[in-house]
Amino acid sequence: MLIDLWIKCIVSLLVLFGVLNFAGMQTWLERKQSALMQDRIGANRAYFTVPWWLGGAPVNVVLRKLGGLGILNALADVLKLISKEDFIPAQGDRFLHTLAPFLAVFFAVIAFAAIPVGPPIELFGRVIPLQVANVNAGLLFALALASIGVYGVILAGMVSGNNLATLGGLRAASQMLAYEIALGVSLIGTVVCFGTLDLSVIVEKQGGLLFGWLPAWGILFQPVGCLIFMTAALAETKRVPFDLPEGEPEIIGYFTEYSGMKFGAFFLTDFVEVVLVAALTTTLFFGGWQTPYLAPDGFHFPWGAFAPVSHLAYVGWGLFSFTLKVLFFIWFFMLIRWTLPRFRYDQLMHLGWKVLFPLSLLNIAITSLVVVALHG
Amino acid sequence: MASLSEQLLHRIRDAHTRRRLTWWERTYLPAIAQGLWITSAHFWRNLALHLAHRVGLFRHVPASVTIQYPDQLRKTEPRLRTRHRLTKRADGTPRCVACMMCETVCPARCIYIVAGEHPDPNVEKVPKSFDIDLGKCVYCGYCVEACPEDAIRMDTQRHDIAAYSRDGMWLDMKELLNPGSKKFGEPPEKFVQLSLEEFRQLPQTPDPPPPGSGLPQTP
Repeated sequence: MLIDLWIKCIVSLLVLFGVLNFAGMQTWLERKQSALMQDRIGANRAYFTVPWWLGGAPVNVVLRKLGGLGILNALADVLKLISKEDFIPAQGDRFLHTLAPFLAVFFAVIAFAAIPVGPPIELFGRVIPLQVANVNAGLLFALALASIGVYGVILAGMVSGNNLATLGGLRAASQMLAYEIALGVSLIGTVVCFGTLDLSVIVEKQGGLLFGWLPAWGILFQPVGCLIFMTAALAETKRVPFDLPEGEPEIIGYFTEYSGMKFGAFFLTDFVEVVLVAALTTTLFFGGWQTPYLAPDGFHFPWGAFAPVSHLAYVGWGLFSFTLKVLFFIWFFMLIRWTLPRFRYDQLMHLGWKVLFPLSLLNIAITSLVVVALHG
Repeated sequence: MASLSEQLLHRIRDAHTRRRLTWWERTYLPAIAQGLWITSAHFWRNLALHLAHRVGLFRHVPASVTIQYPDQLRKTEPRLRTRHRLTKRADGTPRCVACMMCETVCPARCIYIVAGEHPDPNVEKVPKSFDIDLGKCVYCGYCVEACPEDAIRMDTQRHDIAAYSRDGMWLDMKELLNPGSKKFGEPPEKFVQLSLEEFRQLPQTPDPPPPGSGLPQTP
């Protein structure tokens, strides 16, 4: 009994470690990727040296190289955020003002509990699912927690004692409402296809092959659903082109009255949410931890070749595959963020209510008809 | 060729009769795909080039347009007006004959000359002190154009001028004759008056590189 608890703790710590690192390194990715896309070099100056009793010259060489790659900028960011003044406006509510960033970041991180990051691993006669919480309605769990995250944002806007921040919070609320619905409804098609809400079962069902050579990933059954989901999920992350709640350059956002690490928590939330939607997209539409042609006993290639794979290698390969796919989608969302300009607010509402929502309803209808016709 | 106003009118007419977007175009998907194609092409091209530069390949193909400013210096244009200097005769004394043309023409009134007598009767005058307050200077270059003796030029290729105080922006005669001889933060010697012998004994800095060739290395 106790050992089960320990195993759960280790798995959740691993997932948390991975998620926070992915989120933290996104500051680096954001700087470097935008620089490469715009023919610049990007951050390459921040570095520090350590005295001899911490390693001295050999460590310093490595630090200099890391600084040249701009990786130490993330560290400098954190140092700056921690050492800044934690300012609470006079009209603000001290308790709620402090609570809001915690709410935002907590619900974003906890949503990962339902996502299977790899195939179940068999160790010492024990089957350990690489999933923090095996919720049988995991999809609803993830979606629900992703939506609750907006409470932190609204709260931040309301208790700042700043009208512009309140407006930013309200913008966030109405944007979330407009896109949450499309987000949820677009996934009903997937649920109809796979017949389950359990994320680990959804991933397992994507392991098969279509016509003997095509991996049976969700995007092949739900191309429109995938497009709607990715659009709505981008809006969910509150980043460009849907960053109207924040609108840093001109329209003032909900976290205007936040400074230091509390602001950092909101910033982190955005990045965690990017990882979350990347992980959800991977899980629902791109086969999760599945690799094409890889079955638990080895690779079955469509031309008949077979390469056996040991169980641990299979699990490791699954974890690697999932990480790679998530990294790709993080890269892709970053690409969109640095390519498209921001929507106007009426365009945003138009897209959410008049385009994505009806489209996802249509998607459900067509999917249901096809499924009923096929399975009679 | 149509005149400018005609072109503008044509453009305005065009804007009114702009082609309506087709349904497929109004989904924005093709435009978004195009945009993503362009930006990701830049991304992969630059990433590949950066990696290739690391191992010493394709060094002649730039992966970015960045100039790493204090380490790398941008090539200056030949016509660029940079910080002033006073040109010297062969023996290190100033060419300036203290005719006051530059001081007179200066719109910012940032040049201060005190004239003295030159021992050579063919030269007649020499500046006892020659100061420029860069804090006032507007870099118009009139002093260079007014000078009949080619004694003042704006070709030091120095434009990284910074100081902690207004006094730090003051160029005294020693600095003007030998640009770069003063260290950063060293206070100026305002209205310093030197004899011709002292001019010859000043530590001489070489002439700046010819215009357009780039900046001298900062000390």
